[in-house]
Amino acid sequence: MPAQQTSKAHDGTVSGRVVLDAGDISRALIRISHEILERNKGAEDLLLLGLHTRGVPLARRLADNIAAVEGTTVATGELDVTMYRDDLRSHPTRAPHRTQVPAGGIDGKTVVLVDDVLYSGRTIRSALDALSDLGRPAVVRLAVLVDRGHRELPIRADHVGKNLPTARSEHVSLRLVETDGEDEVRIA
Amino acid sequence: MNRHLLSIDDLDPSDIQQIFTTAAEMHDVQKRQVKKLPALRGRTVINLFFEDSTRTRSSFEIAGKWLSADVINLSAKGSSASKGESLRDTVLTVTAMGIDGLVVRHAASGAAEQISRWIDVPVINAGDGTHEHPTQALLDGYTLTRRLGTLEGKHVAIVGDLTHSRVFRSNVKSLTKLGATVTAVAPPTLMPAGVGDWSKAAGFATAYDLDAVLPEADAVMMLRVQRERMSGGFFPTAREYTVGYGLTRDRLATLKPGTPILHPGPMNRGLEISADAADALDSVVLDQVSAGVAVRMSVLYHLLAGEETSA
Repeated sequence: MPAQQTSKAHDGTVSGRVVLDAGDISRALIRISHEILERNKGAEDLLLLGLHTRGVPLARRLADNIAAVEGTTVATGELDVTMYRDDLRSHPTRAPHRTQVPAGGIDGKTVVLVDDVLYSGRTIRSALDALSDLGRPAVVRLAVLVDRGHRELPIRADHVGKNLPTARSEHVSLRLVETDGEDEVRIA
Repeated sequence: MNRHLLSIDDLDPSDIQQIFTTAAEMHDVQKRQVKKLPALRGRTVINLFFEDSTRTRSSFEIAGKWLSADVINLSAKGSSASKGESLRDTVLTVTAMGIDGLVVRHAASGAAEQISRWIDVPVINAGDGTHEHPTQALLDGYTLTRRLGTLEGKHVAIVGDLTHSRVFRSNVKSLTKLGATVTAVAPPTLMPAGVGDWSKAAGFATAYDLDAVLPEADAVMMLRVQRERMSGGFFPTAREYTVGYGLTRDRLATLKPGTPILHPGPMNRGLEISADAADALDSVVLDQVSAGVAVRMSVLYHLLAGEETSA
């Protein structure tokens, strides 16, 4: 799926121009944290569910931001959508990542799906299917660090760090300290 | 990963680890209310069993169903095979119905591999004669890995009717690939012929004295005495077998604390395993059963969900 390819550089080397640096990413995440709180009228029943791979550390950072503002801890979890993808048959299989939700489950919670780059929307479609097998959240919202457009499904994000108009031929590579050693979004 | 799973030889250590990683996720799915993943939606798997089996067949059936595949069980009893149809015709017939995977058990060693040459869908060996039973070995290895953390440097004793055991053959291969050392323990009559050269080549030890091995073991796998495969006197009496090679209450006490006890089932209680051992706190027999579903889900997923590869 395109959204996955674009989240890392093809050959591991860093190329292209920087569109978001560490400071930009940090500010965007702080703003999103406030938006989530505002929208939810507080931190109650909130569950930040990061999509593998880079959505997971992003969800944790949002939770840390919210904890700093509200003084309460927010539940986080991780969701792997491998089994729910619509393009399983066009790739060799790979082992799924962990799916982990808090012991209380997701029933009745306000689940905020957190992903790095929103592109075709197919990953989010898979995530919505995966969620419905895990339980019945009261509300599901979507927070992404970058929205690069080119949606293939009627899906939009509720909270966007940066809208990044791109051509389909361009590659967006998003790197995070937790997974790649530095915070940076490049376009090439 | 290979297109078929006919033998543990088809897997390298990284394949096995990948199967275990996936199985761990599948294991978590078993605890959910909705025990279903859509990965094999629209795919059809046939369980073609020419030999009696309850646990392996139902384990594959559940595994396929939880991955949303359509699973059809065909037992050779009362089927066309008993009317004189050849194995090849039976296999070609069921394949012609448009299936995506075939799970096969047969009393003849090598049957699964032979079948894999006739058809172009993935074949999973669910036990062929006294040759191999790869998914059983994988679920044993998975159970032990969960229990012991890693198998690297661990010592596993496999005890019992080794001559007739496909579980033994598959386990020797997979456990050594996972870094464990294996000691095969059996009465001389049930030690496979030519085990000397084989054990040297495959890197496992053999022993006839169970009492000397047990205190050294990090895990003990008791195998069933397969009376249905025996034609003749492999041991004088059942009592004598138990005295020499059964995991009795007395022997249980010689194990290191926390040593997991495995048995692929069905157990002959009182023969190769005492009730004390079967029901001991460290018995992982039921863990093996639940791991079996997870591991088979993992295998079905890796062989059937992905990109079509040419054979």
